[in-house]
Amino acid sequence: MDILASHGSILVMIAAVVGFFMAWGIGANDVANAMGTSVGSKALTIKQAIIIAMVFEFAGAYLAGGEVTSTIRKGIIDPSYFTAIPEQLVFGMIAALLAAATWLLIASILGWPVSTTHSIVGAIIGFAAIGVSPDTVAWGKVLGIVGSWIITPLISGVIAFIIFNSAQKLIFDTEKPLDNAKRYVPFYMFLAGFVLSLVTIKKGLKHIGLDNIDLGIVSFELDGAGGYYLAVIVAVIVALIGKFFITRLRFEQDADKSAHYANVEKVFATLMVVTACCMAFAHGSNDVANAIGPLAAVVSIIDNGGEIVKKSPLVWWILPLGGLGIVAGLAIFGHRVIATIGKGITHLTPSRGFAAELAAACTVVIASGAGLPISTTQTLVGAVLGVGMARGIAAINLSVVRNIVVSWVITLPVGAGLSILIFWTLRSIFT
Amino acid sequence: MASNSILGVFAKSPLKPLEKHIRKVSKCSNHLVPFFAAVVENDWSTAGKIRTKISKLEHECDELKRQLRLELPGGLFMPVDRADLLELLTQQDKIANKAKDIAGRIIGRKLVIPAELQQEFTEYVVRCIDAIEKAAEAINELDSLLETGFRGREVEIVEKMIHQLDEIEDDTDLLQISIRKNLLAIEDSLKPVDVMFLYQIIEWVGDLADLAERVGARLEILLARK
Repeated sequence: MDILASHGSILVMIAAVVGFFMAWGIGANDVANAMGTSVGSKALTIKQAIIIAMVFEFAGAYLAGGEVTSTIRKGIIDPSYFTAIPEQLVFGMIAALLAAATWLLIASILGWPVSTTHSIVGAIIGFAAIGVSPDTVAWGKVLGIVGSWIITPLISGVIAFIIFNSAQKLIFDTEKPLDNAKRYVPFYMFLAGFVLSLVTIKKGLKHIGLDNIDLGIVSFELDGAGGYYLAVIVAVIVALIGKFFITRLRFEQDADKSAHYANVEKVFATLMVVTACCMAFAHGSNDVANAIGPLAAVVSIIDNGGEIVKKSPLVWWILPLGGLGIVAGLAIFGHRVIATIGKGITHLTPSRGFAAELAAACTVVIASGAGLPISTTQTLVGAVLGVGMARGIAAINLSVVRNIVVSWVITLPVGAGLSILIFWTLRSIFT
Repeated sequence: MASNSILGVFAKSPLKPLEKHIRKVSKCSNHLVPFFAAVVENDWSTAGKIRTKISKLEHECDELKRQLRLELPGGLFMPVDRADLLELLTQQDKIANKAKDIAGRIIGRKLVIPAELQQEFTEYVVRCIDAIEKAAEAINELDSLLETGFRGREVEIVEKMIHQLDEIEDDTDLLQISIRKNLLAIEDSLKPVDVMFLYQIIEWVGDLADLAERVGARLEILLARK
């Protein structure tokens, strides 16, 4: 107890710094997941991608990042075991952050794709189960989280399959693909806008203290039907903006068939920009929690004088700190990561990329709404495989898929091991 | 910084190199038209030059073929069957080989096409090359097929092309029969060994169309596996 009292502010400082470091790592490491496909398919330039990623990652983190945060903070560990030893929990959370961030850094340098979600969850389980006692881990919850890592790629694969097939039926496999593309692409934009705004409204705005939005003429009860109406309105606005850009497109007036599909792809490129925004938003909303969840836990314990409260609101500065961390990571390393991608893939046309991205974004957003910390990378891989199943991608390298899966599995024990070491070090320093 | 995970998932598309390959094959066999024109004129130096071009192109086709085979490791997940794709590639490559053989044999034996057959023979060569062009056209639809997920309207377009290819091949068969008949009528006035080789050349030129048709058939099989 006295440790927390005497070193409280220092511990919060350390936690904040490490949390920022973790968020920075997430921004640097995962930026490609969100923006890579759009840059690779030439729908966006690198500069545009970075700017969009910054805006939407931050928005996602700030507006919809609260729900997963509480799961990371409270779900994995059973807090009742820590009531007598709250300082252990504080050390543990700092250790978990530092371990996960270090592992991200190492993996990034070595060029291994790791999941930020896996590393933080592994690290938290590690210090709690080994450092304290296996009873402290809420194994039921953990099983649910790990189960979601298997289920979410499946879900996003199925969604991607359906989206891609619908695009085939409505647009590509018709007499006049171009006219149909102009007609139907705004609907996909509507869908993207709807899912995103709905989750933001239902799950996010409460965390920043908005209960209803009053437009003077009408007021929307966010929890009730008003939330849906508002989401529809936002989606319509997104679709209209998209339509405006589509009408401004210049098409090659060539009767040649190959130019035909090239024009269709141009229409899809505008859609790709929308889905890239969705992806960045979804990523921000889901992954920011990996950095700020443990931080929020530390802050709440210290603020409450060592008491572990069941429900405490997020302190105001935590979400923006996470958001800023991600943006900083993006700004510093983002363009380098994206540059390598832009050269790397050209085999992903907008029409295929959008299906994968939209599906992944929807899945992440829905899961974030349910408060599950899922891996963004995983949903995207699942979605890509889904498009592949729909015979939409020329070639998918299964050995790379296998390596990715292996790196996910390795991340858990490594994250756990690192966090145990750091936890013991911290404990010996402060006690 | 991180070489990213998700993007390594996309392997190089096997369809583009396949299209490139058939285009080169078609370019290679197209040289047979000026080649035979030079042979008819008895202009052996030009014919020799063209033959060198043909064998250079054939070599390039082989290079592409090798590269594509290496680019298709076992762990690829593709919308079309890997074995079908490789089989298609093999068939395509045979066309270039055949073109090279024809040019080589003619040059090697300084084989002259008899004046009575010249006009018909030229027509025959052109028609066989048409078949190759048609096959190349069908293969070049692979990209659009990918766009439509190998289903629906686009498949019908390709089916139609393959059907046209079959018709062209039928034409070449008829031409071949007529040329053989006309050769039979004049063969007593020619050197017996030359006649033997003329029959062989007629056969080989016909093989060009046959092989083109087989490329079409392979493409059909590839599309039939839903």
